[in-house]
Amino acid sequence: MIPSRDEWQAALELRHGRERQKSFSSAVVAVCGLGGLGSNIAVALARAGIGKLILIDFDRVDLTNLHRQQYKAEQIGRLKTEALSENLKEIAPYTALETHTVRIDRENAAALLKEADIVCEAFDDAEYKAMLVDTVTEKMPGKYLIAASGMAGLGSANDIKTRRLTNRFYLCGDEVSDAADEIGLVSARVMLCAAHQAHAVLQILAKEA
Amino acid sequence: MVRINGEAADAAGKSIAEYLAGTAYDTGRIAVERNGDIVPKARYDETVLMDEDVVEIVSFVGGG
Repeated sequence: MIPSRDEWQAALELRHGRERQKSFSSAVVAVCGLGGLGSNIAVALARAGIGKLILIDFDRVDLTNLHRQQYKAEQIGRLKTEALSENLKEIAPYTALETHTVRIDRENAAALLKEADIVCEAFDDAEYKAMLVDTVTEKMPGKYLIAASGMAGLGSANDIKTRRLTNRFYLCGDEVSDAADEIGLVSARVMLCAAHQAHAVLQILAKEA
Repeated sequence: MVRINGEAADAAGKSIAEYLAGTAYDTGRIAVERNGDIVPKARYDETVLMDEDVVEIVSFVGGG
């Protein structure tokens, strides 16, 4: 039996404090890319009781994703937007979800991200990361942006950091470990970086960043 | 002097585009922060670095 919305909210308020939970529950956060970073960010934010998540990815779940991304074996072949929505609804049924199965680019970004207070960049490709940072800072300067760079391989977990580069732009990762140079992406270190991004979101909303 | 990634650089008077052209940075993979703001790529040509500017160039690497 799933608890009611009121019971759910009361439990979150008990954990996080009433005022803090109010800002979490009224926030809209966009997750751009639903891979190792984005799927883990979304799970953390849904659990924290973020009001609404905008989930954006054009891709489908592949066997090679399952070692680090929050999908299940039976979801191979499904759209990531749909599969992740299902999983999030099981975890946190009262988090509102808006999905866009599309590749974000300079032209469509402003419309897709319009409602978001905070944007998480969670792409795999370095040029797409730079493109989103450029587009958000140029066209949507009022939004908070949390990007990630450098989380591949088996380097120290402690090298993953959050740096605040401007008032509204945060960068998480070790900034050097390239997925192309290393053994690739390993679940726990990618989750660490995703956790840094999700935590930055919560800190911003709690005004403790 | 302009401080770029923590080091003094003789870049005053150059635009960001001119400065980057003399480096190995791949402009498709970077973000440039100058005095607390990200400079959009569309403004690299017109943004001229000045004495005492503090600049940080972030290079993105793949993985996510």
